[in-house]
Formats: sequence, structure tokens, C-alpha cells
Amino acid sequence: MTLQPKAQIMDKEAVDRAVRRIAHEILEKNKGTDGLLLIGIRRRGVPLAERLRASIREIEGAEVPLGVLDITLYRDDLTTRSDQPQVHRTEIPESVKGKKVILCDDVLYTGRTVRAAMDAIMDLGRPKAIQLAVLIDRGHRELPIRADYVGKNVPTSSREVIEVKFRETDQTEDKVLIVEKVEE
Amino acid sequence: MPLNRKDVLTLEDMSVEEMTLILDTADSLKEILGRDIKKVPTLRGRSVMTLFYEPSTRTRTSFEMAGKYMSADTANIATTTSAVVKGETLKDTAWTVEAMGIDCIVMRHPIAGAPHFLARICQASIINAGDGMHEHPTQGLLDMFSIRERKGTLRALKVAIVGDILHSRVARSNIWGLTKMGADVWVTGPSTLMPPGIERTGVRTTFRVEEAIEGADVVMVLRLQLERQKKGLFPSIREYSRLFGVTRERLALAKQDFILMHPGPMNRGVEIASDVADSEYSLITDQVTNGVAVRMAVLYLLLGGGPEGSAQAEGGGEKR
Repeated sequence: MTLQPKAQIMDKEAVDRAVRRIAHEILEKNKGTDGLLLIGIRRRGVPLAERLRASIREIEGAEVPLGVLDITLYRDDLTTRSDQPQVHRTEIPESVKGKKVILCDDVLYTGRTVRAAMDAIMDLGRPKAIQLAVLIDRGHRELPIRADYVGKNVPTSSREVIEVKFRETDQTEDKVLIVEKVEE
Repeated sequence: MPLNRKDVLTLEDMSVEEMTLILDTADSLKEILGRDIKKVPTLRGRSVMTLFYEPSTRTRTSFEMAGKYMSADTANIATTTSAVVKGETLKDTAWTVEAMGIDCIVMRHPIAGAPHFLARICQASIINAGDGMHEHPTQGLLDMFSIRERKGTLRALKVAIVGDILHSRVARSNIWGLTKMGADVWVTGPSTLMPPGIERTGVRTTFRVEEAIEGADVVMVLRLQLERQKKGLFPSIREYSRLFGVTRERLALAKQDFILMHPGPMNRGVEIASDVADSEYSLITDQVTNGVAVRMAVLYLLLGGGPEGSAQAEGGGEKR
């Protein structure tokens, strides 16, 4: 099975605009930056969280703390999948207790990653609220989870894969692609 | 790269990549020990049995807590120290444990190679927690972790291992591990407690403790196994202490930012002066904490994934 590029759905400018809009929405919904804590899910939730922080700084002039979350230890498929993901560090700069956590990830799909991330955060303390920000929502949820902030809704078939590329993680200009699984 | 093995028996047969993976994983997992709620669900439904044919407090408890922090079920079998366990009996014990559905057996045994025997006859993962005078791989790993955490690397560090090298499985595991990771390892002790041919492992030897400590980044003191004194391997504890005891005066020869280690339990005033054991150079309590993190890493890498021999995925999320 190979992956064949099908279409580009976002370019660098589109990603920038989506991030800026989400930053505005976060500030509007939370009435400022008080008690906010951005947490990026490794790996591509981290650049999204960093950009949201930069955008919020530009708009509001305030610095929102940012943490990095590795969800490997909370996956629900650890014992069934055939490979073993490497555990990376979780680094949250301050306690999540009483905070409004903005959980960030690149793509929302089955919802299982978000479930794992919420469990991981709850183990660190009791936040006041958890909100979810994603760049792409592609549907096909397997759990009752929805995002509070969405960059772009992309209806997909399950044979398609969404590839988000960030310059920080992928050594290429920011873009979002749809690729298709093709049987040989 | 996953840890492609069923058992952890020695550092002699472990590659640099495997050791690095364990140390990196331990580095990620150590954060859990600082949490209010020290528990992650990763090894839920997995079971770990400790099977100790020799006394131990820190190693056994450390494995048990490591398993519990990762949500594995842990149980302990303590056998009497005096029992000479024959092959047949050990085999039966192991099969009994396996029949209860245990996924991993952590074993300490007075006979070198006993865990290897168990590894051959059992489906369960076997972790060697010390076999005779042979090896104690997780102690070697936690010592390397502690050094790396403080110094940032192991490469080109001068490490002096001081004391009873002959009887020490801790020394052997450290020698294999540290030399592979590129450290410059020196061993020193009385000639009667120095195994012949130890240079072949790539270490340098001296019978003058000052020569080993001079310019060292790390001074690792071994426990003097006092019961050996009866065998006449050294004249008296006092003489040993005078010639090889690690004191403040001798440590003045080490690098200014050296670190002092001891696997415990310590004989204060014998192989190590009491004041230096509690000094700011001492890493001895860090070693205990790091021991839990390293054992969590080993348990995760052996038990927390799919079948062996499969490809590795980047941590984070599924392919969307």
C-alpha cells in the first residue's frame, strides 16, 4: 500500500489565517488570557500551540504559558498494536490545577488521541476546563468528542489521510495535504 | 528502535542503542515520580513477580514500585537465603509462577546464570536483578542514568570504581555498560579482590586508590562484602579502610565537580567515610530515585507494546 498525494487544502497563508482566527476565538471565549494554559500534544500539536501563543501575544500583549504533552503512556492501543511507540517527555511548566487548558493538536480524527490527552491532563491535577483547538477536523469520530476551535473542517473518506506539515517539524513550508491510500 | 528482546539479563550482551533507548525512556518517565498522583495506566493488566533468592530492600522495592506506578500488578516471592536451590526446584517454581499468568519475573539468585536458565524455559520476560558475582544490569543502567543526568554524557568521563571488584556484580554491569558508552573506566582495590584478566573488558587497573581517583569525574564506591573477610582476602577491616577507604582527603584529588556514588547498602566508616557520603558531591539518594525511573523504563520496554520483532512508530498519534 502506498500513499498518493491528492490535493493541497491549505497553504502557508491559510494556516496563518486559521491560527490568527483561533487565537481571537480563544480570547473572545475566555475573555482574555487569565488562567489560560496552552498544551500541545506531541508532535504536531506543539507547533500549533506555539503559534497560538505567538498570535495571542501579538493581539493581547500577554504571555500564555505553554506545555508539551506526550500521550504514549495513555494510549488505548498499546497492547494491541504491533509496534512500540517511544516515550517522550511531558513538560508542563506549571500546575494544571484551576487552569483553563487549551489542548492543541493538528488533526482531529477518531478522538482517541484527545481522550488519552484528557486522561493524561487529569492525572496531573484538576483543571477548571479543557478546551480543544485543532487545525483540521476530518470527521469519523469514534468517541463523543468535539473541538472548540477548528481551523478547517475537511470531509474525508476513511481511505484518505490528512498530512499536516509544519516548518518546525517537517523542514518544509506549512501546508495541509490530502493523500490517498492506494492498494498495489 | 524498539527493545527487541524478551529478557534483560546482562549489559554485556546489550548494544549501545538499546542502552540509550532505556536511558532516554527513563528520562521521559522520571517526571511521573514528581507528580501528586504517581500513576499512569500504561501497564494495566500486566503482571510482574519478584522472585528473590537473596535478601534485598532497594532493588526489590524499586521494581515493585516501578510496576505499581505503571499500573502493573505486582507480587513478591521471598525465598529463604540459606536454601541451595537446585535446577529442578527453580524450574518448578518458575513454571508455577508462569501458570498464574505472570508476564515478567524479576529474579535475584546467588548462582550466576540462573536468570539465563529461567529465560530459556519461560515464556515470561525475565529481568536479572543480580545473579551471583555475575551481573546486575538495572543497577548498571541506573548508575549510567545518574551520571548522564548530571554530566550530560558518559563519553570520555573518567570513572573510578573503588573496592571489591571481584565479588561485585554491580561493578561488572557498570564496566560493560560504561566502557561501551565511551567512558574511561578505572578500577582499583586490593589485589586479592581484583579479578584476573579484568583489563580485557577495556578498563584500566591500579592498586593505588589515589591514582584511580586523580582527575576523576565520577567516583563509584562498592560495598565491602564484610562476610568475605573470613576468607582471609584482606587482613583487617581497619587496614582495608586505611588503604582503600574513600575519604575527603582522597576525594580532593578528583575533579572539582566530581560526583560520588555508592550502590548501597553502605558500610559507613569502612569503604566510605560517613561525612563524604552525606556531602554535596554525593548522588547516593538520587541513585535510589533514578532506580525507580530506570526500572519503569525497562518494564515499559519489555511489557508495554506489541509482539517483538516489529517496526517502530514515532510517538504521538496514529496515522490520520
